[in-house]
Amino acid sequence: MASSPPLPWLKPAFLVGGLSPLALLLLELARGTLGANPIERVLNQTGMLALLVLVASLACTPLKLVTGWTWPPRVRKLLGLLGFGYALLHFLVYVGVDQGLRMGALLEDITKRPFITVGLLALVLLVPLAVTSTQGMVRRLGFPRWQRLHRLAYVAVSLGVVHFVWRVKQDVTEPLVYGGVLALLFAIRLAEAVRKRRARAALSAT
Amino acid sequence: VPKPKRPRGPYDTDETPTPYEDATTYNNFFEFGAAKGDPAENAHTLKPRPWTIVIDGEVAKPQRVDLDTMQAWFPLEDRVYRMRCVEAWSMVIPWLGFPLAGLLRRVEPTSKAKYVAFTTLKDPTQMPGQRTDTLEWPYVEGLRLDEALHPLTMLAVGMYGKVLPNQNGAPLRLVVPWKYGFKGIKSIVRISLTEKEPPTTWNLANEREYGFFANVNPQVAHPRWSQATERRIGELRRRPTLPFNGYAEQVASLYTGMDLRKYF
Repeated sequence: MASSPPLPWLKPAFLVGGLSPLALLLLELARGTLGANPIERVLNQTGMLALLVLVASLACTPLKLVTGWTWPPRVRKLLGLLGFGYALLHFLVYVGVDQGLRMGALLEDITKRPFITVGLLALVLLVPLAVTSTQGMVRRLGFPRWQRLHRLAYVAVSLGVVHFVWRVKQDVTEPLVYGGVLALLFAIRLAEAVRKRRARAALSAT
Repeated sequence: VPKPKRPRGPYDTDETPTPYEDATTYNNFFEFGAAKGDPAENAHTLKPRPWTIVIDGEVAKPQRVDLDTMQAWFPLEDRVYRMRCVEAWSMVIPWLGFPLAGLLRRVEPTSKAKYVAFTTLKDPTQMPGQRTDTLEWPYVEGLRLDEALHPLTMLAVGMYGKVLPNQNGAPLRLVVPWKYGFKGIKSIVRISLTEKEPPTTWNLANEREYGFFANVNPQVAHPRWSQATERRIGELRRRPTLPFNGYAEQVASLYTGMDLRKYF
């Protein structure tokens, strides 16, 4: 297989691109142009960005499988961590600013409101993935075990979509678009797994 | 924001009105889109004049009346009310209008009249949001007759001393300050007195989340969020939500003996 060009700008470009919505948000916050309810705007934007970037990170491998491009997997970790960062920020704004650290209210939200419970669960599932994202951790866990663990990403992002579906008031089109893309990505991975298994079976049969 | 110069009326709050800019750019009016900024952007297609209102049902004097004619029947009053949205944000809005009770008495409800049903204009050419089926159109709302006759209940034709902007429900909207904002039906074309409880739009869309009464109640949580606190637009910290949005003294007696958890 031909080795792909080094593309030294690839990761910096994705990092800058991935952080620019945050920079814009901070700029709008500083200029006071976030509208009548800035906290709601920040919550909606960070939540949306978390989901968008996490879905993008899950798209890297399927994209390589479909197109043969070798660059997408090289930004997968970066996108995964960036998505986790947005999800964490979303959570911190909810806890610290929106709810003002009122523990009673937070506890009630988490235990009584499924859309909050599911959102928190999605974030919690992302924590071990973020922690084990380094090369050292891949080595320490061994690749097969690391890979199994990181399949949790699909569970976490699916829960994120459910969180979004349960949050909207009436029109569920937007969250269902995320759900649809996620299902498509999962289907590509599944098809690839089936293809590999068949190839292995054919190999062992000879 | 300048404080009103006139003396404070018996129903006015002395709280600082929400900036006009916020009250006219952060709206729920699904007829013009589901996002908060959509109504301000899209409502220019609404033509608030000429405007006819049909008043019918259980009344001795059913009629079709031009809004300018109707407005001339009553002196316009300024009322500074708190407005609490079911989504847990709130504003303080100086309305301009007249009590609904005056209009209802004028058309003489019959002895069968128990409820008042309201209907919004249905015209997708003027209201582009009605081309999608996010809600059942036209928007409908209702009050029990005693709620409708309460002196706090008003029909507004203006706010902040100006004509009602399209995105705020021009040319005629309902204001019921002790209930969640969605009860305040906008761009009203029909007022019918009925014997039976009329259907209401958000109740039809999701009866578990939105009841017929929709009285502001910090004790009864929305299934997806708490109603115990609210964010006053322009403030960082949440403030506690008051029973009946702070109008308990005036309206709590309308509901004596009723289980407000059941009739939410």
